[in-house]
Amino acid sequence: MQQSITPQHEHEHHESMKVFGFWIFLMTDCILFACLFATFAVLRTHTDSPFTGNELFEIPGFTAETFILLTSSFTSGLATLAMNKGKVKPLIGWLAVTVLLGAAFIGLEINEFMKMVSEGATISTNAFLSSFYTLVSTHGLHVSVGIVWMIAIMIQLKKHGIQSVTKRKVQVMSLYWHFLDVVWIFLFTVVYLMGVM
Amino acid sequence: MKDFFVTGDPLIYGADAAIVVTVVAIVFVLTYFKKWRWLWREWITTVDHKKIGIMYIICSLLMLFRGGVDAILMRLQLAMPDTKFLESQHYNEIFTTHGTIMILFMAMPFMFALFNWVIPLQIGARDVAFPYLNALSFWLFFFGALLFNISFVIGGSPDAGWLAYPPLSELSHSPGVGENFYIWGIQISGIGSLASGINFLVTILKMRAPGMKLMKMPLFSWSVLASCITIIFTFPVLTVTLALLFVDRFFGAHIFTMDGGGNPMMYVNLIWMWGHPEVYIVVLPAFGIYSEVVSTFSKKKIFGYTSMVFSMMIISVLSYFTWVHHFFTMGAGADVNAFFAITTMAIGIPTGVKVFNWLFTMFRGRIRMTQPMLWTLAFVPCFLVGGATGVMLAVAPADYQYHNSYFLIAHFHQTLIGGVVFGYLAGLYYWWPKIFGFKLNDRLGKWAFWLWNIGFYVCFMPQYALGFMGMTRRVYTYGWDMGWAPYNLVSTVGAFLMGIGFVVQGWQIIYSIKRGERDLTGDPWNGRTLEWSIPSPPPVYNFAKIPEASEQDAWWEMKKKGIKPTATSYEAIHMPKNSGIPFLMSVCWFIAGFGLTFHWIWIGLAGLAGVGICLLARSFQYKTEYYIPAKEVSRIEAMYRRGA
Ligand code: HEM
Ligand SMILES: [Cu+2]
Repeated sequence: MQQSITPQHEHEHHESMKVFGFWIFLMTDCILFACLFATFAVLRTHTDSPFTGNELFEIPGFTAETFILLTSSFTSGLATLAMNKGKVKPLIGWLAVTVLLGAAFIGLEINEFMKMVSEGATISTNAFLSSFYTLVSTHGLHVSVGIVWMIAIMIQLKKHGIQSVTKRKVQVMSLYWHFLDVVWIFLFTVVYLMGVM
Repeated sequence: MKDFFVTGDPLIYGADAAIVVTVVAIVFVLTYFKKWRWLWREWITTVDHKKIGIMYIICSLLMLFRGGVDAILMRLQLAMPDTKFLESQHYNEIFTTHGTIMILFMAMPFMFALFNWVIPLQIGARDVAFPYLNALSFWLFFFGALLFNISFVIGGSPDAGWLAYPPLSELSHSPGVGENFYIWGIQISGIGSLASGINFLVTILKMRAPGMKLMKMPLFSWSVLASCITIIFTFPVLTVTLALLFVDRFFGAHIFTMDGGGNPMMYVNLIWMWGHPEVYIVVLPAFGIYSEVVSTFSKKKIFGYTSMVFSMMIISVLSYFTWVHHFFTMGAGADVNAFFAITTMAIGIPTGVKVFNWLFTMFRGRIRMTQPMLWTLAFVPCFLVGGATGVMLAVAPADYQYHNSYFLIAHFHQTLIGGVVFGYLAGLYYWWPKIFGFKLNDRLGKWAFWLWNIGFYVCFMPQYALGFMGMTRRVYTYGWDMGWAPYNLVSTVGAFLMGIGFVVQGWQIIYSIKRGERDLTGDPWNGRTLEWSIPSPPPVYNFAKIPEASEQDAWWEMKKKGIKPTATSYEAIHMPKNSGIPFLMSVCWFIAGFGLTFHWIWIGLAGLAGVGICLLARSFQYKTEYYIPAKEVSRIEAMYRRGA
């Protein structure tokens, strides 16, 4: 594989290996979500009590969440573009916008959950709600971890500038963020749209 | 206090005393010999794959001991009808911990030990792709296993079987903390296993020595590749399944419950979507070991290399499509059962191909009866019978008779012991001199080998008959009127023979540390692959110069052409630095798991926060590597040459 082993060469080889490893990790995460989706698909009609998606989901709420998350994916893409041009400031700026959008998404989601719980639709009400809360909050948890991680990377960018390590981190981070976006699109369709239909 | 510590059973008090005495003794020895620093610097913080492998082996052998004691206790209870040795509750706990420990905390770490020992050496690399992650995997396994194991003195062991089927494992039927221990013990070590799967996949795909095409790679490396792919596809399923069970138990959700619209059979489907591939995860590397051993000790290239590779890949793909054979009796209907019956039988085909390839390799080879070869030869007939009874079980209508009987118990022990354990032992004997620099004593090894082998058949052949006679698994006692007594007694005798075999192996290791035949050549078996081209034990950086490996059996070809692996000039070598974070992060996971097990939410959250802090701390570290200067490398190499 690595023919000439100059230190620089070796270093880059390492960074690219990490990106490759992260792709595989994302694949495992994909399977994780697939299992949760399957569980939801099996249980979505097991309501056993008055609560169904049709009554609980509010279209403006989840539509807003969707737009916010999609926009954040776009801004994280802009961050990568800034990085490729070698501009630290816009890079950090766009990451900050992404973080804020992510936080807004989480805020809306928590709000939605609280409202549902106050109506009596909790995780222990019926199987449909159990699978709904686990699926959606697993995604939410992923987004929250992503937010903390992104802030950490912003601080590192400030300290170290754009170099091979920080570059790889931003790259991996944005992969993760886009991935969560894709998962959300499935969530939006399978859980919410099909729920209110 | 009464709920916290398990009380009332003399066996448990004995265990309590043993644990306290052992801990005190360890602390005393470490303090007396001033070894704490050494322990921290050389072992706890190490990222060296060879040392991590050694730690895996130690843990795995300890777990084999614990699982073996569980097995002996069960066999004692079953030796005669109406025995009053174990109560039903205690028996339930023991078969649960035995099964879980043997598969997840014995077989898996044994397998990772061999991955760690061999893979970088065999593909000509200086370490794995992500050494830090590798250390983390080990410590996650360690603390997961610890969490699972303390349950029998604190809080109470899980008792719902090794796969914890709901509704039995739900709060409604298992209100204690045992199942929580089960969930967190496996969950924590499972994250480590998944990380190892990714790590070794990337290592094999990206770090091979120049010239080593995939289709020239040694078969053990291929088997690890197949196993890692299977880990990557299935361990996330396990993670989800256990997490959902925990959500049910912790938040009162209704995913797998009997009420509220839950569906227990979905758990059974999910857990076997992991569980069946899991048995292939552990057996594939064993197949790889057999290939290496057969080829080395027949002094021949492996017969049918390409078909070996393809059969392993086919097995790893097919293994995803057989899970329903574990519950044909669920009543999914004839078409579903027929599909899974056929896929299950189909796995026999590639497996058969492999067996024939091993036999053809031995055919007209110059066979040396070394210890690794003995275990390999014993594997062939054992696995043949295990495979044949597996095909019997795969006949769905017939399985309505065999299901959950001792016939099944005999079948899966035959594949797990005859296939997995024999294979790993062959690997242990084969690579031991590479890692430690001395061979394990032959005479004691042969004793252990025969004890294990005779013991195996004496123990498990009667169980096939017991299955036909109607004895079901997980029964803790039976009456004289059943007519099972003689078979059970014989079976128990066999278990004891295997137990003695294990003790002899313990003695063999201790004896050989003192008097084992030293290996000064680095190539004690006249091997064929790259790991035998370097000294034993290898220097930290493994290869002073990365070898060229353009042929299959690269080292064999080099020897034939008279190429020496030694170089005259060296370059500085880039190595990963040690780190204490994997250990600390795993301690935090342990705390989190312990807290959540007992519903001590604040402790659980504190543990999780600790995990987060460790992750961030690592993210902010930039100087994680160092160089061994060229001069130092040439000094070390010269030292080795003088020793040889
Ligand atoms: C060393 C000799 C061994 C003996 C004598 C032995 C004996 C037993 C016995 C008596 C049972 C309980 C049967 C029942 O009551 O249902 C059992 C269950 C089991 N054993 Fe072993 N065993 C041995 C080794 C192993 C190994 C090496 C593995 C795996 C690698 C293993 C995996 C299992 C599993 C998964 C179960 C099922 C547990 C359950 O029912 O939940 N055993 N074994
Ligand atoms: Cu199976």
